[in-house]
Amino acid sequence: MNDRQKTALESLTKIAEDIYADLEKGDIPAMRLPLRSKRNIEFDPMTQVWKYGSMKTLRTAKTTQGATTMLRTAYTTDFINEMIREDKSSTLREMYYISEGWNRAKFHTQDESNLLAEDLETVTHCMREDFKLRPEEGSAHVYGDINFRTRTKKGMKTFNCMDDVAETGFGIPYSVEKETFEIKNDNIKFVMALETGGMFARLIENGFPERENCLLVHLSGQPTRSTRRLLKRLNEEEGLPIVVFTDGDPWSFRIFASIAYGAIKTAHISDYLATPTAQFVGITASDILNYDLPTDKLSDKDIGALKAELSDPRFSDEFWDTEIRAMLEMNKKAEQQALAKYGLDYVTDTYLPEKLTQMGIM
Amino acid sequence: MGRDGTPAAAPAVRITAEKLADKQHEISVTEFFEKNKQVLGFDSRTKSLLMGVKEAVDNSLDACEESEFLPDIIVKITNTGEEEYKVSIEDNGPGIVHRAMPNVFGRLLYGSRFHALRQSRGQQGIGISATVMFANISTGRPAHVASKTEGLDAVAWEMDIAVDTKTNRPVVTNDKAFSWAGKEHGTLIEYVTKGRYIRGSQSIFEYLKETAIVNPHARIEFHDPDGKTYVFERATDTMPHKAKEIKPHPKGMEIGDMMNYSSMSEEKTVKDFLKNDFCRMTPRLADEICTKAKIDPKSSPRDLGREGSMALIKGIGEVKIMDPPSECLSPIGDVLIKKGLMHTLEGMRPEYYATPVTRSPKAVNGNPFTVEAGIIYGGDIPADGQVTLMRFANRVPLLYQQGADVITKAVGEVDWRRYGLEQRGGKGLPYGPAIILVHVASTKVPFTSEGKEAIATFPEIEEEIIAALKLCARNLKSHLNKMDKKSKTHEKFDIVQGILPDLAKKVAEQLGKPVPDLSQTISKIMNVVWIEPVKERIDGGRRISYDIYNYTVRPHSFMIHLQIPAECMNDTITGGAFFDSAKEDGKSQWLIKDLPASTSVRISFELRGDMADTFDPDDVYISGINPVMVMGAESLPGDWGIKGMKITESEDDYIQDTSDEEEEEAEALEEEEFEKEADE
Repeated sequence: MNDRQKTALESLTKIAEDIYADLEKGDIPAMRLPLRSKRNIEFDPMTQVWKYGSMKTLRTAKTTQGATTMLRTAYTTDFINEMIREDKSSTLREMYYISEGWNRAKFHTQDESNLLAEDLETVTHCMREDFKLRPEEGSAHVYGDINFRTRTKKGMKTFNCMDDVAETGFGIPYSVEKETFEIKNDNIKFVMALETGGMFARLIENGFPERENCLLVHLSGQPTRSTRRLLKRLNEEEGLPIVVFTDGDPWSFRIFASIAYGAIKTAHISDYLATPTAQFVGITASDILNYDLPTDKLSDKDIGALKAELSDPRFSDEFWDTEIRAMLEMNKKAEQQALAKYGLDYVTDTYLPEKLTQMGIM
Repeated sequence: MGRDGTPAAAPAVRITAEKLADKQHEISVTEFFEKNKQVLGFDSRTKSLLMGVKEAVDNSLDACEESEFLPDIIVKITNTGEEEYKVSIEDNGPGIVHRAMPNVFGRLLYGSRFHALRQSRGQQGIGISATVMFANISTGRPAHVASKTEGLDAVAWEMDIAVDTKTNRPVVTNDKAFSWAGKEHGTLIEYVTKGRYIRGSQSIFEYLKETAIVNPHARIEFHDPDGKTYVFERATDTMPHKAKEIKPHPKGMEIGDMMNYSSMSEEKTVKDFLKNDFCRMTPRLADEICTKAKIDPKSSPRDLGREGSMALIKGIGEVKIMDPPSECLSPIGDVLIKKGLMHTLEGMRPEYYATPVTRSPKAVNGNPFTVEAGIIYGGDIPADGQVTLMRFANRVPLLYQQGADVITKAVGEVDWRRYGLEQRGGKGLPYGPAIILVHVASTKVPFTSEGKEAIATFPEIEEEIIAALKLCARNLKSHLNKMDKKSKTHEKFDIVQGILPDLAKKVAEQLGKPVPDLSQTISKIMNVVWIEPVKERIDGGRRISYDIYNYTVRPHSFMIHLQIPAECMNDTITGGAFFDSAKEDGKSQWLIKDLPASTSVRISFELRGDMADTFDPDDVYISGINPVMVMGAESLPGDWGIKGMKITESEDDYIQDTSDEEEEEAEALEEEEFEKEADE
């Protein structure tokens, strides 16, 4: 048991003690948590990321939902403490299944168990990893001339993410902390995070990483914690600029926001995950016009998402305000692969050089 | 034919007026109806089969009521060929005397009720003979009729009757006396007719079921063509209040009526005719009418003729006359409507019977009428689709022409959304698990046609229906509110009985400490006095109990009030624990004194007899305590007749549950939903 785990164990025990104390006094058990909604995220000028503000929500046993969540909390803390003591770990999914035996405390969806794990993070100021909980899936893949030294079954080993991997790239583990994951970089000049696998493959085929000394990170949709953590370390420790290249739709804007500003759900660990200097390459609403890209009409959900973003404090700067309004006005969205309209090489020969030059990256 | 047309040049046979006259002959009423079957409702085969049963059953119920027998009616239908059925209807009515039988069954427009003014089912006397005639025409077979009148030595008579359509006279064969074993009195009619038997909303079964609902004093047995037997048992032995005959009201007179009525008057003068042959008339009013009509009050009513009658009607229109008396009406009454509904619809296990409403009588065109309404809600009543509307006129179900009926129109005018039912745009039939019953009773129900299938729209009737429906709907709404409140409290029960003990056990186990006592916490979460009815069936009745929990942090004293049906008062009530007192009408009260926090007590009693089912255990009232602290009972209404216990405690010890936090948490969850991010 290391120090971090000891702290976690003590903090989780404290939660159970508080509930017990309430009951013993004859009070209604209650927990105070930061309100995890977009109304309660504030910009922290020190770290340049968005974190939870001072608004709290009170969870009490007065409602079925509150009482059930509290019961689940009691079961979950007990379960985690046992894992810490016995030096075991489980995936979030495994915890979800273990809850089958918890009767009334059983989770009905994995979302519920994931949310509870995050709740415990915010209350204890510990990390999920300290709770010995890990995601079951791997994270993003990276491709480019960089060396990672990481733990394998045969001990620590060094991989070059271009020479030692196939074209699918190097799969990064769920924990990319220094203790088990070292970065050694000589040649890479900047990092480009990509939303789609199609674009990832296109850039590799076109030889873009080699030519521009670029490290490609395939996000596969919403970036996981370890992906964002890796981007943060590459930026902070290696001083590499991060650019994000996604589709041109409201959901892609949110992918960028979670990388650059911090995600609402994980705002309690924003300064650990967010990369405030990350830049958005595209596809922007202006790109759709300037490059005359093939488009799709916005769906009702898209429009709702864009409108919600207008009231999201993370998007409240001039750039995003203009982009979001422009997209709403033209009522169109475009995929990053729409650039293929001008040929397969267009993205690497024209679009990216133009955009990256403007941004001062290339 | 005129002479102005060009005379035919050809030596064609010229039809003279004389010859035409030879061809014209009197068309009998019977013949007219034969050619206009739809007027009577015999326009389709499915309908004509139903109409026959309907006419016979209506007559049986009327006859039983008049002679005060509790009706026992047996309807049998057997398939005898393709689209051919043998129908038999037997009752235990007073029977028909031998000499009247041919005319009752074999002559149209023959009946005793033609000039009587009171509420009855068959209003025109066309029905049963039309059925005989239709059967006659469609199969060529006469109807078989048997009847026995009351009395020990009376023999029964049977005969076959057909209708001569040309002369509107019965043709009788096989007329003979017989001994009807086991029958004290009653009538049987059997006929074979073309028809089509159907199931569903316009079926004979539905008609009989609905008849049973509004005639809870009747027992109806039905043998369908598949050999199945359904019995709608008598729900009460109380006969409907017998409608009195009244004299016509002047405002109800039409020209034909007036000519007829005045010519038959035995009074010497028009003034006396007005004064004595009508209801609600005074000498002063009679004079006033004569003056307005410019008719000599001393002239003979038999000399009025057409002109005089017209003038008289005009004169009547210009004076104000009191509405007709209403003892000629026999509404079903709220208690019996509820009984009828409960008895017949028990299979659907409705969750709620809104207290039925009987409006006080009003008049339209000199005819008194009254409106009754009831609503049943929930249970197994289908929730998808529009509500079921049951329409009745003078205790007869109306199954056809729903769209043309003033009842349908009135139901559509109510904004049901305010009362907890869905309704598109606040108009039209509402949607949801409900059955709406509306009964219009009148000395003369204004039907849209002779088929008596829909009630015509009169603003006076429509208003009354709307008023009755709104009263019922208000009861429904308060029930729905109650249920809503209850489900919230049930949620709290889940918390304190399930989740909280689990939570205490789990944290205690985790910390290696003893399980804490939860009663204080439970009281704080519930913060109510909880009253829960427990209903049990026992031999010959039901046991009603109330569990009363004090889930608050301090002791409470209060009174519980129930409306026990007066007929059901018994020792188990008055001798039971906590009983305080009861009034003549069954209003009873129990006193709970200083019920300590986190404890419970039980009140329990038995109800037996005919009226036991009409008691609704969910109608509980309390006094002496702030009603917002109580779940499962309402504040004692002002019209209860007694003053309840005064509230002695101050209101400020009730902490209103501010749900801000709950909302906030819900909102936060919602946003998290919106911000879906894979955070593995």
